[in-house]
Amino acid sequence: MTGPATVFDKPTDYIGKSIPRSDASRLLRGQGRYVDDMQLPRMVHAVFLRSPYAHAKINSIDISQAIDLQGVVAIFTGKDIAQHVEPYVGVLSHLPGLRSPAQYPLAVDVARWQGEPVAVVICASRALGEDALEYIKVDYEQIPAVTDTLDAMSSEAPLIHKEYDSNLAWKREVEFGNLEEALAQDDVVVVEKQIKFGRHTGVTLETRATVCDYIPGDEQLIMYYAGQAPHMLQFILAKHLDMLEENVRVVAHDVGGSFGIKVHTYGDEIATAIIAKLLKRPVKFTADRLESFVTDIHARDHVVDAKIGVKKDGTIVGMGFNDFTGIGPFSMYPRTSAIECNQILNLTGAPYQFEHYHAVGNVVFQNKTLMCQYRAVGHPIAMAISDCMIEEAARVIGMDPVKIRKKNLIPDDAYPTKSVTGMRFDDLSHHACLDKLLEIMDYEGLLVDQQKERGNGIYRGIGFVSLVEVTNPSPMFYGVGGAPIASQDGATVRLDAAGALHVSSSVTEQGQGTNAILQQIAADVFGVAIERVKVTTGDTATVPYGGGTWASRGAGIGGEAMLLASHALKEQVLETAAVILQAKPENLDISSGEVISKESGEQKISLGDLAKIVYYRGNELPNDLRPELIATRHYRVTDFPFVFTNGAMAAHVEVDTNTGFIKILHFWAVEDCGRVINPQLVDDQIRGGVVQGIGGALYEECIYDTDGQMQNASMADYLVPMASEMPEITVAHVETYTKTSVLGAKGAGEAGTGGAPAAIMNAVNNALEPLNCGLWQMPMTPERVLKALGKIK
Amino acid sequence: MTKTAQINLVVNGEKYFENVPVRMNLADFLRNKLGLTGTHVGCEHGVCGACTIFLDGVTARSCLTLAVQADETEVTTIEGYETDKNASDLIKNFHKRNALQCGYCTPGMLASSIEYIEQGNPPDRKKVKEHISGNYCRCTGYQAIVDAICTTIEERQSR
Ligand code: FES
Ligand code: FES
Repeated sequence: MTGPATVFDKPTDYIGKSIPRSDASRLLRGQGRYVDDMQLPRMVHAVFLRSPYAHAKINSIDISQAIDLQGVVAIFTGKDIAQHVEPYVGVLSHLPGLRSPAQYPLAVDVARWQGEPVAVVICASRALGEDALEYIKVDYEQIPAVTDTLDAMSSEAPLIHKEYDSNLAWKREVEFGNLEEALAQDDVVVVEKQIKFGRHTGVTLETRATVCDYIPGDEQLIMYYAGQAPHMLQFILAKHLDMLEENVRVVAHDVGGSFGIKVHTYGDEIATAIIAKLLKRPVKFTADRLESFVTDIHARDHVVDAKIGVKKDGTIVGMGFNDFTGIGPFSMYPRTSAIECNQILNLTGAPYQFEHYHAVGNVVFQNKTLMCQYRAVGHPIAMAISDCMIEEAARVIGMDPVKIRKKNLIPDDAYPTKSVTGMRFDDLSHHACLDKLLEIMDYEGLLVDQQKERGNGIYRGIGFVSLVEVTNPSPMFYGVGGAPIASQDGATVRLDAAGALHVSSSVTEQGQGTNAILQQIAADVFGVAIERVKVTTGDTATVPYGGGTWASRGAGIGGEAMLLASHALKEQVLETAAVILQAKPENLDISSGEVISKESGEQKISLGDLAKIVYYRGNELPNDLRPELIATRHYRVTDFPFVFTNGAMAAHVEVDTNTGFIKILHFWAVEDCGRVINPQLVDDQIRGGVVQGIGGALYEECIYDTDGQMQNASMADYLVPMASEMPEITVAHVETYTKTSVLGAKGAGEAGTGGAPAAIMNAVNNALEPLNCGLWQMPMTPERVLKALGKIK
Repeated sequence: MTKTAQINLVVNGEKYFENVPVRMNLADFLRNKLGLTGTHVGCEHGVCGACTIFLDGVTARSCLTLAVQADETEVTTIEGYETDKNASDLIKNFHKRNALQCGYCTPGMLASSIEYIEQGNPPDRKKVKEHISGNYCRCTGYQAIVDAICTTIEERQSR
């Protein structure tokens, strides 16, 4: 057999091994290249004045006192900026009915959330710019703010957008079978709960930052960008700044964490680009932490009324829910703020077999920071609705939580199949993952310990989740709805004259190890030592076109493109070598930088010598042989809308009934992400993801007062998981390769965040069971625990 | 006008004599004046630990320290840990164990780790976790960092 399918016919040198990331050497010596590290000649700083009110009319802005201050170069108001930009609208055609008005980078007449930029000072330094902000006089007229999602839907609520008849942005109803009828049957036990999920945010340690430069002679705008999707931003800048796309270059070097926070269109970043173009000089904007809290997208914020029906033997008859989610005053551009709700509608109950499903999602405008896609979009909600309701139903009918899962999980030999909502599944392994989980966690032992400790007044709980994760998305995710978001990615592989490989890819690196796995794949498939592979990502001027990093697609899509390109180059090199060596290409191979005889392993010619013949002494080659020594391949998922990953996780917690504190004693995660390219990187992705999930489950919440003021917009007040509270996390794998690619890799980056909250909520409610109470609100803070216990009001 | 002052200090073994605004913090001074951008700023109010450096051998938050307070001191930053803090084994173990993802917390994590090790503390996971609990990391989940610190101590003990 020939072709890329032969790649895994022989043992791999690098794929599947825990090779340390080469980028990390630089970062460990303080040699990172983050956006805020950049200083360009004549660079000035953009410092934004932001609305202190959640809802206010802007009657006037007086800049006369500020403009003459030391260091001030220029001041722009929302109206000034609006003249240089085509406004954007966060809707997609495959989410029919979603509405959101045109949005400008800075508020023009009305500010609609606390933190929305209203003016910007361009100044010699950030510090002088902050001084100048004090001298800008804005005449605001406050308008009642709408903050609570459910209140926003009442007929008396003030309208956030006058052109609409209500504050509803989008509504979708999904119905399969007949849930109401099925739940009404005599032998069905119905359980109902309201589950609340707090609003939280990404808190990337590096705040959002950009340096924009404009080179008039080339008519070129360069945006240095701490972000995930350079080509998407290139399109957006060109479109909304009325430029040719080829004259916009977006460059992402090192990024200090992204998690979905850095894949959206932020007004302050767009304004920075506009101003660089107007002033024809570099402009830097780095958000400070307060700005991050009130302008980075927030996530979650759901109130869900859920129900489930099960038979006495544990068979799930059906489930349903009504979800209200608040998204701030606009739907975020270009991905929209309805995708999270849509995911919940599509994914709830997806690991299980049942017939009746009725779900309604309501996406609601409110005067808070915009809500949009953050790591594991929708998954923590969807998994918690189904798995927390399943465990509650199990408690009611007196069944073990593992048994009820085993009864209802889609059998491992049922694939290909579909979920109740029509999601197409293949190559999943729910039962194998659950079995492996039980094996690594000693469930029986924990149950014994639980009983024993209850006698001592110590309340421990064990909670599970079985999950799916949307990864490797096809064009059906965004492209189909008109978004400028590529679902395909490209890879270019080039042999240089020294026999080294230069590879580039359109997926991007934010620390998850993308560059490392691309290097492993190229080195392995082509046949050179890994040290001789140099990787470039993140620059629209040099990398092939593609989507970047989102929806856990780097390894599965970017990796497959790299595999295909490396294989194509290898075939080309072998053809050239065959001519030079007067051999047959099928009798040759490449290993450790040498062309070798396939049969004997004997070294025939080094890649360096071959490249030198091609580049320097082409006269030694027949005239009709014109080797390129470069190959590019692109890859997109074609057979499925998404390639689903699955997993099973468990949490072991202890609830202190006196203080309300929840301690996570241990966490286990079993993940099936198909082929594991670098086990250590995958395991740490899972661990980092689980810890973000723990954050949402126990600590993190953007707390607003009724006026729409965020009360805890600092790192001292907004709690994030710190080392001392974090459990050890044991990770194991089941590997079911996806048949959609040669590489067989699915995504792994979001599962931890998607699954952990449900497992923890289940563990807490398992711990509280003997005390006859439960907690159905995240984050599960000590105060809420004590309230659930009836110890405080 | 912003007031300025002259300061005299040694950073990673190199002498500097600089004129700085009196309100400038040490992190901004290191990053913007000296070009030592390895020190990172995550919160600017002493909570996240990313900006942690050594000031006369003791860890300090460079976002809470004014540049003028560093007058007549010796500062060591991530750029100097390999040579001035003999931390090449710790750095190697961070690398090997993937104790960093985006690398933004790394300068502060290394500072706190070096401090823990220099104080002669044991490779006790719970103690290590407590010690680095002033350093926020959004990416790793901390386990790899604890592994790298403990391995370094164990290796040093068995030498
Ligand atoms: S930047 Fe100094 S502690 Fe966060
Ligand atoms: S590695 Fe990203 S914050 Fe720690």
